Amino acid sequence: MNKLEVNNLNLFYGDNHALKDISLPIPSRQVTALIGPSGCGKSTLLRTLNRMNDLVAGVKIEGDVMFEGDNIYQDVDVKQLRMRVGMVFQKPNPFPMSIYENVAFGLKAQGVKDKKVLDDVVEEALSSAALWDEVKDRLDSPGQGLSGGQQQRLCIARTIAMKPEVILMDEPTSALDPIATHKIEELMDELRQKFTIVIVTHSMNQAKRISDKTAFFWMGELVEHGETSQIFNQPIDKRTQGYVSGEFG
Amino acid sequence: MLQEKRIFNRERQDKLLFAAIWSAAAITIMFLLWVVWHILSNGLAHVSWEFITGAYTRIGEASGIWAMIVSTVYMVGLSLAIAAPIGIMTAIYLTEYAAPGSKVVKTIRFCTESLAGIPSIVYGLFGMTFFVTTLGLGFSILSGSLTLAMLILPVIIRTTEEALLAVPMSYREGGYALGSSKIYTIYRLILPSALPGIVTSIILSTGRVIGESAPVFLTAGMVTQIPESVLDSGRTLTVHLYKLTQELFTQHEWDQAYATATVLIVLVLLLNMTTKFIATRMNKH
Repeated sequence: MNKLEVNNLNLFYGDNHALKDISLPIPSRQVTALIGPSGCGKSTLLRTLNRMNDLVAGVKIEGDVMFEGDNIYQDVDVKQLRMRVGMVFQKPNPFPMSIYENVAFGLKAQGVKDKKVLDDVVEEALSSAALWDEVKDRLDSPGQGLSGGQQQRLCIARTIAMKPEVILMDEPTSALDPIATHKIEELMDELRQKFTIVIVTHSMNQAKRISDKTAFFWMGELVEHGETSQIFNQPIDKRTQGYVSGEFG
Repeated sequence: MLQEKRIFNRERQDKLLFAAIWSAAAITIMFLLWVVWHILSNGLAHVSWEFITGAYTRIGEASGIWAMIVSTVYMVGLSLAIAAPIGIMTAIYLTEYAAPGSKVVKTIRFCTESLAGIPSIVYGLFGMTFFVTTLGLGFSILSGSLTLAMLILPVIIRTTEEALLAVPMSYREGGYALGSSKIYTIYRLILPSALPGIVTSIILSTGRVIGESAPVFLTAGMVTQIPESVLDSGRTLTVHLYKLTQELFTQHEWDQAYATATVLIVLVLLLNMTTKFIATRMNKH
């Protein structure tokens, strides 16, 4: 079952043709890794999946992104979409408020006021993000006072609190040290049981370790996609082979 | 040998430059202290409880400035009540809604920058013609506040805009990525983060309102009584000081002028300190 399907997608930043005729199925409850050299369009594609590119002026998109049979650029309200397709950013971006308020922010924005409901969701989300034990005694202290790795797990908790179906991750560990990275990867391994995960990563080892499917991008094109083991062990395209063997990129 | 000489020269250059920078800083501080000291030493002795709370009389020793303080407070409150909401909302429109670099943004920015450059007396002339006469508001606190609101609007827009632009883009992305609406994200995330800057801009504007004289007496008049409503004329402290300096004949009048100036200086210093206090306190969060 495919959670998301990208069909013949073209994206332009002004005159720059940033994504060229991309078609990519994203299977449910699996981790799909988008890899490729800088500027290849992998982050841009990730941002079309929850319409974050809407925030950028001068973007033009052709083609479809189907989310459970609905075209997200036509049939779906963008706020609803972003609740169902959450996003974790490259640099941890906790809001300037307490840990509790960070996690409760999205629900409060939807008008949830019941303290009991909020308390439960905050605890559940922080537990799912493997952060609860570290912060349960200081939920009122500022989220920005946490370490980098904790901040990123806080951002994951904030996303999980909305009970999304898909979580998009834009190089979520590139600003973290190896130990914090390891923790996030362990967490992702658990999250894949409940959520569909799409991750952009620069680290081929990371893609190998955590993903089920891998898609390789090159200068705005989707060169090749398939099972992660196949992409890394028997790539069909020469460019994929060159990239995964570390010849360039 | 040669290298030693070069090092020696460079050290001398460093010392010279340091001396120049140090003197410039010292001169700035010296001038400020000198002015403050000059006013306070001449005025402080004549500031008394009776002077602050008393009614103004042209003749006699027991003259006070209570009516001017009340008029000043009215003027500050009303012009901020008019300009702050308009200015803040304009800034929100410019940073959060309008496309960056669009025609609307450029036009509004050009207008605010031009407005900021116009001498304040020109605002006074406009206010006197338009608010006082055409709209028939008369010489009143309201006419004065409307005029001053126009005067401080560019300051509020500009500083609020800067405060909003300084809010990291990642907050907006984070907010929108959770599916929260634009209004909610602005109201609960962006505005609170920009609050120290906005408060600073409002306090700076307060200083501006207190400091203006010409556009104020051209539109609010110079009546030395406590205004009973915003449609009454009133004389602010700065206008009062201006008026006093027009007729300095007796020692008593000199003393009054310096005492008024003392009250003004203390007020402005207090405002600056409040700004600092609020800004540093809010930055901690």
